[in-house]
Amino acid sequence: MTALLSVQNLSVSFTTYGRTAQVLHNVSLDVPEGAQIALVGESGSGKSVTMKTIMGILPIPPARIEGGAVLFDGRDLLTMPERDRQRLRGTAMSMVFQDPMSSLNPVFTIKDQLGTILKYADRRLGRDRNTRARLARVHEVLAQVRMRDPERVAAAFPVQLSGGMRQRVLIAMALLSEPRLLIADEPGTALDVTTQAQILKLLKDLVRENRLALLMITHNLGVVRETSAYTYVMNKGRIVEHGHTAALFDAPRDAYTRSLIAAVPRLTGREA
Amino acid sequence: MMPVLELRNLTKTFPIKGAFGRRGGTVRAVNDVSLAIANGQIYGLAGESGSGKSTIARMIMGLTVPTSGDILIDGVSILGKQASLAHRQKVQMVFQNPGASLNPRRTVGQSVMVPLSAHSYSGNRAARIGDLLEMVQLPAHFADRYPHELSGGQKQRVAIARALAVEPSLLVLDEPTSALDVSVQAKVIDLLEGLVADLGLTYLFISHDLSLMRNFAQTVGILYLGQIVETGPVASVFADPQHDYTRLLIASVPVISEAEAALRPHIPLINGEIPTAEDLLALRQNSPNPGPNTKEALS
Repeated sequence: MTALLSVQNLSVSFTTYGRTAQVLHNVSLDVPEGAQIALVGESGSGKSVTMKTIMGILPIPPARIEGGAVLFDGRDLLTMPERDRQRLRGTAMSMVFQDPMSSLNPVFTIKDQLGTILKYADRRLGRDRNTRARLARVHEVLAQVRMRDPERVAAAFPVQLSGGMRQRVLIAMALLSEPRLLIADEPGTALDVTTQAQILKLLKDLVRENRLALLMITHNLGVVRETSAYTYVMNKGRIVEHGHTAALFDAPRDAYTRSLIAAVPRLTGREA
Repeated sequence: MMPVLELRNLTKTFPIKGAFGRRGGTVRAVNDVSLAIANGQIYGLAGESGSGKSTIARMIMGLTVPTSGDILIDGVSILGKQASLAHRQKVQMVFQNPGASLNPRRTVGQSVMVPLSAHSYSGNRAARIGDLLEMVQLPAHFADRYPHELSGGQKQRVAIARALAVEPSLLVLDEPTSALDVSVQAKVIDLLEGLVADLGLTYLFISHDLSLMRNFAQTVGILYLGQIVETGPVASVFADPQHDYTRLLIASVPVISEAEAALRPHIPLINGEIPTAEDLLALRQNSPNPGPNTKEALS
């Protein structure tokens, strides 16, 4: 009962054209308060379906939850009334999305977009904040993600920002309403390696400073090792192995994990 | 021995469009790049977006005309005869995203047939398509399938078969595995390694993935703002990078083992986009073991 987020025996199926396929088989994972957890898998492994179920953005139908529970702070998100769930989504738990190009609306400025999100988050939480206070909070989170000039970024349209800056805006967006859990879906994948390294470092620093829990969803084992202390490996809808990241990478027990780790090209070359 | 590909002081400048179509100066996308690749070699060109690596690939393919410099394939300049069949027969390209580079309305066989028809292949074309598919380890009956029926790795194999159809001597591989899962990537890389030996091919391998570069290429060139700032055998460049930008690139790679982490230079990461010369200079001042001067290397 200590985990902030606890997924328990989650099974999900999809029905398309009259055919049903089970895509998650008894998936269980725990994200303790303030911990950095990774969920790693290749395409089709079920990591995105797991993430969508946690966030409550799974399209039902075609999807169907066959069983299991998703506990946040001990309350089951799957059986909770939609109103209560909305109060949690984007407030207590929020998402950092992958693609900074398509997650921002090109015709509104950054402060408009972040301000609107904050307005609705405040409304759901019954908080009262006027326009000026909201703008101050927007500037504050942009400074938190290490923007050199938050006022200028706030007034900019997405096209005026580089890919790395847009990704940082998305992180700022997730931080707006002071969540306890961040779910990051492949952050930095669309970016250059030097920019990706900055984004990962920023996420790590923010998680530590604000004592956030982080669930990192990725296909990149390097990203897992850089950001997460504990790792769950997914394949074909099942958690095949989990453990402390360093130990799991050093001595993988499952055959799939072993093959996955063996497939990663090493910076030290093949001989090492 | 004569290099298969030689670039001599290759430069490409593009005009910068100002507001409302006004001319606003030029940008040097590729700046005085020279390199030579010997037969059977895998030369890796590493760089981030904007470094000019795709512009170099396009110039080698004859899709973009260089501003100055020369491109020699088997010792013969390709400039001034961009679309020549002889040029196309010698150099073929494999693109990044096989989902986009294969025509969805053509079967695999029809896609592989295109270069055979263009080059008036005189033998038995159906048999040749079967052989090509076998070369990339796909069953011959895949010739009747459409791209949407194939996985990403299978599509990339088809793209490789299509590139091999006219028996080129040089393949330009532009991020051939960046759209693939890591386990699929490993298999495609294995295939490419087998082909380079079996068919006597030469590769120009373009990638931003330095770990993959370390394992696949023999020689590496680090491209930064249109210039090759460092080049050499891949093992020595990675073990002892000389240029600040090379160090920054290697320091940024996410790795999975202690041994790799120990190899990365310990330098502070830069806050911002593609680092400017000033960023690198600032980095040097904070770095315990400075390499050659950035300003010099860039001038």
